[in-house]
Order: sequence, then structure tokens, then C-alpha cells
Amino acid sequence: MLNYLSKKSLELLITFFGITLVSFFLINLAPGKPTDAVSDLNPRMTPEIRAIYEKQWGLDKPVHIRYFIWLKNFSKFDFGRSFSSDSRPAWDKIKERLPITILINSISMFFIFLIAVPIGIHSAVKPNSLSDKLTTVGVFVGFAMPVFWLALILQLILGVWLNILPVSGIRSLNYENLSWINKIFDSMRHLFLPIFITVFGSLVGISRYMRSTMQEALSQEYIVTARAKGLPESKVVYKHALRNAILPIITITGLSVPGLISGSVIFETIFAIPGVGQLLYQAAMARDIHVIMAEVVIVSILTLFGNLLADIGYALADPRIRVK
Amino acid sequence: MFWKRFKKNKLAVIGGILVFGLFAVAIFAPLLAPYDPDIINMEQVLQSPGAAHILGTDDLGRDVLSRMIYGTRISLSIGFIAIAIATIIGVILGSISGYYGRLIDSLIMRLVDIMLSVPTFFLLLTVLAIVGPSIWIVMFVIGLTGWMSIARLVRAEFLTLKEREFVQAARSIGASDARIIFRHILPNALTPVYVSFILGVAGAILMESGLSFLGFGVQPPTPSWGNILTAGREYMEVAWWLILFPGIAIFITCLSYYILGEGIRQALDPKLKI
Repeated sequence: MLNYLSKKSLELLITFFGITLVSFFLINLAPGKPTDAVSDLNPRMTPEIRAIYEKQWGLDKPVHIRYFIWLKNFSKFDFGRSFSSDSRPAWDKIKERLPITILINSISMFFIFLIAVPIGIHSAVKPNSLSDKLTTVGVFVGFAMPVFWLALILQLILGVWLNILPVSGIRSLNYENLSWINKIFDSMRHLFLPIFITVFGSLVGISRYMRSTMQEALSQEYIVTARAKGLPESKVVYKHALRNAILPIITITGLSVPGLISGSVIFETIFAIPGVGQLLYQAAMARDIHVIMAEVVIVSILTLFGNLLADIGYALADPRIRVK
Repeated sequence: MFWKRFKKNKLAVIGGILVFGLFAVAIFAPLLAPYDPDIINMEQVLQSPGAAHILGTDDLGRDVLSRMIYGTRISLSIGFIAIAIATIIGVILGSISGYYGRLIDSLIMRLVDIMLSVPTFFLLLTVLAIVGPSIWIVMFVIGLTGWMSIARLVRAEFLTLKEREFVQAARSIGASDARIIFRHILPNALTPVYVSFILGVAGAILMESGLSFLGFGVQPPTPSWGNILTAGREYMEVAWWLILFPGIAIFITCLSYYILGEGIRQALDPKLKI
């Protein structure tokens, strides 16, 4: 087990450096400097001042040297300062925005599994039943739906026309004056649409995946054996098949983190939620490369951590993995 | 055999007809559009759908239907070219990885892992923000970040195919590696690629519309479904048609591609998993 985990951790470490390498060079080699936004618009900008400006931000050195400087600073968790007018350290800006993004995505993940796993099991156990066909149609609809559009439409219908849900933000203006129970209720009303949209976006993929792993498990010989020895069908499905079918789902959890966070960029922009997704959008708009790079790295760490958790979960659930 | 099975699947046939229909709309856009999509008419601003403008007009008085018909060109070509780029990269890397194995295989597969762990949407936004969005760059970056699943599919096919007798036969008569890869193995490994190509087009169209929606995709005044939607967002409360119709167009297009892709999958090989 320890051997397996140390091997996995080493792999993740290599992957992590690969990610920093790829994203650093991609961001820094793209034509256009982050200081252009300031210097291009300023009519009094001379080449000399521009050079001083670029030196101040360390942009005068060759890119591979800058990568090593970046790595050295990263070891102290220093991602450099934001290029925006507040000049705050990039990590500080991200730190205060992480909790809301993680909260929304964790709650969404919980609901995704709560809904997707039973749907997947049901349509695998009863193929060609009405509910299985409905699921298949639902999968197509879900895959083809532009989620940001759905978010806008729901915002328009529920928020503007029917006026039953708040359209944006995470708190009402009078939040501070509410009793604690109303505070919870207020947050729930604000988070309902973002969570609904996130769940909708990932639900179909995972239920479809659950269906196929469950189908595969049900076609195995040990299922025939279990049925032949007269076990009740519920035991065959939920004990023998499900235990094996659920394993790949653990891996998918780890892999679904980048998708969820990418979704955060869109729904946080639409619903004006002050999370890391909204920050990335603002940083990209402003070519704020320190913040962008810090975001990519933090999200990659979250993803790799998700992968590691999935690997540990897999190893705990499946003895074949840890022995091998 | 393929046709027989495909024709049985009514849904897939409908999907195929819709996809062809969309291409026809894109090609014959100038004939179909009732108005010039770029003509600004300040006397006809934000008209709701009616007899003169079937899908209404936008904030500059341009006809929404005409803009959407022209937008078909952008969405279809971006989807197609982006996935063509992704497929070429995926097929080449997947073939090399599966055929040669060993070190080069682990290097390429590690690259796949890295690309799958990077939040690619972040990188897309970043590159587009820095380089400045243009149709070509949008296609290129969607292609560059979407090849991983195709590489894995091709590699898996290669791993089993390279052990087969016809490959040994080719090798024994002295065929070069390139010839074995491209002439002998690849044609047999392409079945899952066709399907994932068609499904990928739908994914790329969704991706482009999402990027355009955030302002990083196709730039106005060139009409794309995504940027008609974005422009309409400001007027959402008074002009619902500006966000409703482009979204439906994206949805129907992607749905057609998905059911077509699924139909082809079932007709080619019912057991095939993508």
C-alpha cells in the first residue's frame, strides 16, 4: 500500500512540474506583455520608461530564467504581485476566493453522485425500460445543452420574470441583520442556481459512465454464479455488482475537478459570485499573468489532490491494487 | 451493412439530415438570410419577433435571424476545423505511442495525463486573452487542448493491432515503420476515431460558444451564436429573443451531432465504447 502510494505521489509530482512548465511557457511566450496594457495607452511612454517598467516586473530576463525564478518563489508560495491597480500578492487574492468556489463545487459533487449513481444503476439493471430510454434521451439533452445558456434562461425566468430567486451575488443586502436561520436560508436561495447549473453540467456524463460500468459488472461470470446459487436479485445487484461497478466512479471523481472548475469560470461570471473562477475571468481580461499563473497552479494542485484522493480511495476499496 | 444498420436507427437519420441541413444553411447563407446581417437600422432597435423580423432585431436594429444564419458558418467551421486539428494530433501521438511503446509511450502518456489535469479552459482563456482572440486562434487552441482522448483511443487500438499476423507479415517483407503504421495499422484503428470526431465537433461548438459568451471567442461584428447571445445579455430583461434563439440553435446543432455520432457508433460496432 505504502509502495503504491509513494509511486502515485511521485507520478503526481512529475505531472505537477509538467503542468507548471507547459502553462508558464504558454503564458509567457504568447505575444503581448502584461505591461502593454499600461504602456500602449500612455502617450508619454518612451522606450526607456517601458524598459524600466518591464525590468521592474522582471520581464527583461529570458523566459527560461524567469521560469526558474518563478519556481524558486513558488517554493515560498509567492506567486508575485497582481498587475492590476491594487498590486496585491496573487496568492492573497486567490486565498480569499477559494472557499466559496470549493464550497459550491463540493456541494454540487455531492448531489451529482447522489443523483447520478442511482440513475446509472437503474438504467443498467433495467435496459430498454422506459426510464432507461428517458435517461438516454436525457444524456443527449444534457451533453448538447450549452450550460451558460441554461443559466441565463433560468436567471431570466426564475430571477427576473417570476422573481422567486436572487439573480446574482451570494448574499442579500440585508444579510447582516438576518437571524442565523434566515442567513442560512438566504445563502441557500443564492446558491441554488449556481449549484443546479453545476450539477446539471456534470450529471449526464457520470450517470452514463455509471450505467456502462454497472452493465459491465452485471455481465461478469460471478454474477451468473451469484444468481445460480439463488441469491435474491437485490443482493446480486447491490452487493456483488455495485461494489465492482462503483470503483471506476472513484477515479472519475478525481478527473472531474478540472471540468468543474472550468464551469466555475462561467457560472461565477454569470451569477457574480466572488470565487476563483470570476477572478480568472477578470485576470484574463486584464492579462494579469501572475494571477493567471497562480490560478492555473492552484487549480492543478486541487485537481492532482483530487486524483490522489481517488487513487487512495481506489486502493482502499480494491485489494488487487494495493498488493500489485 | 453499415448503411442498413444506420438506416434502421430513425433518430440517427434525423440527426444526419439536420447536420446536412445546417451545412446547407451555412453554404447558402446569402440566399437564405432575409436581411444583410451587418446593416444597422436605428429605427428598428430591439423589435420583438414579428412579421418583418421573424426572430426580432438586436440593440443595433440588425435582423437576428440573418445574423444567426451567418453565425452558422462560424460555429460549424470552428467545430469542424478545431476537431480536425485535435484528431490529427491525437492520431499521430496515439499511433507513435501505441506502436513504439516503452519510453516514448510513457512520455506521451504522461503528457496526456498532464493535459488532462490542466484546467484546459483556463489555458484557453489565458492564451486568447494574451494573443487576442481571432477565429483561427480559437480553432487552434481548442484543437490543441482536445486531442487527449483521441490519442488514448488510437493507442489502445494500436496495442492490440500491432500483435496481429498481418502486421508481422508486413514487417517480414521489410515494410518500413511508417508504412506499417499508416498503411497497415491505422486504417484498421480508425473506427473509434470517426465516432469521436463527430462527437468532438459538438463539444467544440459548445466550447466556442462558451468562449464567445465570455468575450474571448469570435469578435463582433462577425456574428457567431455565442456573441449574439453575449450582446443580448445586457438587454435580456427587455429582449428575451436575443438570448433564447442563439441558445436553441447551439442546442439543436450539438444534439444533431450527438445523435448522428451515436447512430454511426451503433451501426459501425454496437460494442464500441467511446
